[in-house]
Amino acid sequence: MNSLAEPRKWEKLFWPILASALLLALWHCSVVWTATKIFPSPRDVERGLAELLRHHVLWNDIGDSLRRVSVGFGTAALIGIPLGLVLGWYPAANQVVNPVMQILRPISPIAWIPIAIILFGVGDRAAMFLIFLGAFFPIVVACINGVSNVPSVFRRAGRNFGLTPVQLLAKVVFPAALPQILVGLRIALGIAWLVVVAAEMIAVDSGLGYLVIDSRNSGKRYDLVVAAILLIGVIGLLLDFGFRRLEKLRSVRWGFRNES
Amino acid sequence: MSVAEAVLASSLKTKLRVDHVSMVFKRGGKSTPVLEDINLEVKDGEFVCLLGPSGCGKTTLLNAMGGFLSPTSGEIRADAEIVHGPDPRRIFVFQERGVFPWLTVEGNIGFGLFKLPRAEKEKRIAYYIKMVGLEGFEKAYPPELSGGMKQRLEVARALAVNPDMLFLDEPFGALDSITRLVMRGELLRIWETERKTIIFVTHDIDEAVQLADRVVVMSARPATIRQIVNIDIPHPRDISSARYLELRDSIFKQIGLAQKK
Repeated sequence: MNSLAEPRKWEKLFWPILASALLLALWHCSVVWTATKIFPSPRDVERGLAELLRHHVLWNDIGDSLRRVSVGFGTAALIGIPLGLVLGWYPAANQVVNPVMQILRPISPIAWIPIAIILFGVGDRAAMFLIFLGAFFPIVVACINGVSNVPSVFRRAGRNFGLTPVQLLAKVVFPAALPQILVGLRIALGIAWLVVVAAEMIAVDSGLGYLVIDSRNSGKRYDLVVAAILLIGVIGLLLDFGFRRLEKLRSVRWGFRNES
Repeated sequence: MSVAEAVLASSLKTKLRVDHVSMVFKRGGKSTPVLEDINLEVKDGEFVCLLGPSGCGKTTLLNAMGGFLSPTSGEIRADAEIVHGPDPRRIFVFQERGVFPWLTVEGNIGFGLFKLPRAEKEKRIAYYIKMVGLEGFEKAYPPELSGGMKQRLEVARALAVNPDMLFLDEPFGALDSITRLVMRGELLRIWETERKTIIFVTHDIDEAVQLADRVVVMSARPATIRQIVNIDIPHPRDISSARYLELRDSIFKQIGLAQKK
């Protein structure tokens, strides 16, 4: 196999599985060789997972985390996309808002935790607010960039066919910027999934983040901690994978592949 | 009656009139004159080529005619009405990158027809798909089409709104030379059936002489009109005929002079 050859179907599955198996083996051997009493082996983690499933808490935790991400991310998209489109459309408005956004953007949502708790108390809404903050800025910035990168030929063609400004925004600018907006949404979803874990460690008593911190606090169950961590990784991967499928839609695919 | 004569017979009405148009671009406190006192009259149904060296300002003139730029002085009238902005009666065709990649072939052709009832819209889409030879590609997206097909699609999208005038800005510039030849033939065929007034910008002398009723030869920047050449050869034009070569060579000389200026 050289780097130019298209990998065969079995190879696409075989190598990742082999790599995972080697990693598990390395993990197992490390635990055995160091004779650690604290860090769990893969086998312990598997048993821990089974135990979580038996006690029916796992699905609730997963559901709660996903629900918080949906609400926080959904609100960020609902407010961020129209705002980003308008700011991209009116550069003057963008110049007014941009400095404030540039200051707020690099602040980790975690830093907002005290403020979230003052505003919403300890609970679901504080967690959702943090997720919203984490997802909001990447979405707005992606929309602004998406709109300002729309080639002028498209806008001109739209104007030439007699479109009103609102029609131009809906029928030309939005679809032309959509591939870039989708990239922004995907990044924002990844951040939302990072933030939910942190938020659940502090503001609420359910969810995968809570599972991690609670497993440690109540009896140092590191097998459950690692199980929860692995689950967070797998679900994050599935979310990203699901979102990537949107990029295959025919009306946006043009923005994702190299054209001559 | 030949096509050229037919055009002459029906071309009594002035479609577009450019009156003492000058254009000065101001950038960073520096002003660059781009067009200088351009006067031109285009008859209804006429095919006019604007020909000049690269960067001479012919595209600027076309943009002003299309309503995308306002002249610094002078005025442009279409049907005796001063041009203030772009209008669906006058459609601008770019190189093939003007088609919308998020719409299918059908969607692109129907783009300007949002005011029409559904049945009428579908009828027109089907008609123009056939005219430009894109049958079988109705549901295809532009990235799946070749350069020539995209160019035909853009012409079809422009024609579908039934404009009086088409402005073409070096439309075949990005195509390979064989496709370009085919597209010239296609454009003439469409022009003969639809009888639109066409203003065509090119820097290719052969292209201008093969297509136009009149070739407007422009100078280097600031552009002025050096000469307007009547191409009195009926279509289809024999590109090895003595008259063709004579006209072509005279324009060659003009352009040569223009560059020495």
